[in-house]
Amino acid sequence: MTGQPLLRVEGITRTYGGRIGCTDVSFDLWPGEVMGIVGESGSGKSTLLGCLAGHLPPDEGRVIFDTRAEGPRDVMRMSEPERRMLGRTDWAFVHQNPRDGLRMGVSAGGNVGERLMAVGARHYGRIRDEALDWLTRVEIAADRIDDRPRQFSGGMQQRLQIARNLVTGPRLVFMDEPTGGLDVSVQARLLDLLRGLVRSMGLSAVIVTHDLAVVRLLADRLMVMKGGRVVEQGLTDQVLDDPQHAYTQLLVSSVLQV
Amino acid sequence: MSDYNFAYLDEQTKRMIRRAILKGVAVPGYQVPFASREMPMPYGWGTGGVQVTAACLTPGDTLKVIDQGADDTTNAVSIRKFFQRTAGVAVTESTAAATIIQTRHRIPETPLTEGQILVYQVPIPEPLRFLEPRETETRRMHALEDYGLMHVKLYEDIARNGAIATSYAYPVKVEGRYVMDPSPIPKFDNPKLSGSRALQVFGAGREQRIYAVPPYTDVVSLDFEDHPFEASKAPHACDLCGDDASYLDEVITDDSGGRMFVCSDTDHCAGRQAAGHRGRLSPQEDAA
Repeated sequence: MTGQPLLRVEGITRTYGGRIGCTDVSFDLWPGEVMGIVGESGSGKSTLLGCLAGHLPPDEGRVIFDTRAEGPRDVMRMSEPERRMLGRTDWAFVHQNPRDGLRMGVSAGGNVGERLMAVGARHYGRIRDEALDWLTRVEIAADRIDDRPRQFSGGMQQRLQIARNLVTGPRLVFMDEPTGGLDVSVQARLLDLLRGLVRSMGLSAVIVTHDLAVVRLLADRLMVMKGGRVVEQGLTDQVLDDPQHAYTQLLVSSVLQV
Repeated sequence: MSDYNFAYLDEQTKRMIRRAILKGVAVPGYQVPFASREMPMPYGWGTGGVQVTAACLTPGDTLKVIDQGADDTTNAVSIRKFFQRTAGVAVTESTAAATIIQTRHRIPETPLTEGQILVYQVPIPEPLRFLEPRETETRRMHALEDYGLMHVKLYEDIARNGAIATSYAYPVKVEGRYVMDPSPIPKFDNPKLSGSRALQVFGAGREQRIYAVPPYTDVVSLDFEDHPFEASKAPHACDLCGDDASYLDEVITDDSGGRMFVCSDTDHCAGRQAAGHRGRLSPQEDAA
């Protein structure tokens, strides 16, 4: 782990009028590292993720990404086309609700192929082969390639969304509650899949969730947020097994033991 | 003497429309917003085209109006009459004799020449509309040349039908920049858009957009490398004039499967018949 962090976040602040969305959040993300962000609803997790991914302009702070071509660049100061290009090549964003991340009226193959076509692929046969390959990787049967996401189950939609995002080989994935709204056995399969993909592709990821089991499985490091502030951060096992801040302790002890 | 201002619209309105047209000509394929007026006909009947025509007409012009290639359908006849009455201009059915041609869904078969203006009636000017419902987003996509989505549509076509099944309103890229909806002309006509000697202006009244393709502009139909664009037509010859290269309408002639194919461009077909060409179902001339 030499050189630059992949993503350097410095003092991100975003307010909604007088209310704090998130304030003064800083961290470094290194290549191949998975960062978990946990906290209760309204703690600013999704606001922070939106700011990082360029969906929301932050009021203050910088997000510096180590681009392939030009080294570290401030994402906020990039031009819109550059940011869009980044958003569909080196970055990926997995939404909580697959409906937000998928085109529901377009077939599974078209969904996976969209990013390829957006970066200039113009050969139908190759796009389709790539789409098939990715559907197989996320355990969607090849004969479903021409079905629309509407006809898929929730778990399949989420896996399709992941395939669609990873098809261009991104280096950084943002995930907003990737397992939200799925039942536990489907969650487990999805987590398994995600963990496999993250490891095999050497992805870096920022995962926002309120599910501690998800971060336990996926995240190397953990950040705990409350009221828009980071109250505790450290290695995942360290934070979960030996929580220091009162809120983290509450959070850890709130998990139901079966 | 008509009680209307020349060509119905008032001069300020025509001026506003001409400005939009000039901007459209300066930025080929870009949809210029304009303050579309209420016209004495329903939306969908060519209110955009009529406004563009009104703004382009001069007393010396000769107007031709076609609807699906035909000069004698309701829409074409009413618009032609409208301008005869409000502008008093000469009208014609001959493509070669016209200086302004307002068209709905066709480009005439006779090649256009310099100095002619072809005015299209456009129902939905936004080629990305059915892929991306938000206007703010489609405008941004045009601004950023973010056209990957257009190919998603073509991909879906091939995935479902085995070939690009879009047969009209086939998306084109103008001068390597803007993706444009050529209005619902058959894709057979798409090659005629490119390098045309005439000025082509598109007017969408309800959607309040004008765009243009200046003469000699490069217009490319979008496609895939392994599924290239193909200008298709019915594989027949015209049953009246025998032309096998013009675009055909299929006409059902009885309820037991009888049908005939005729040129959709009536002027073209009549011209060929006058020149002595005959088709399969032409009336037999008795030499007696």
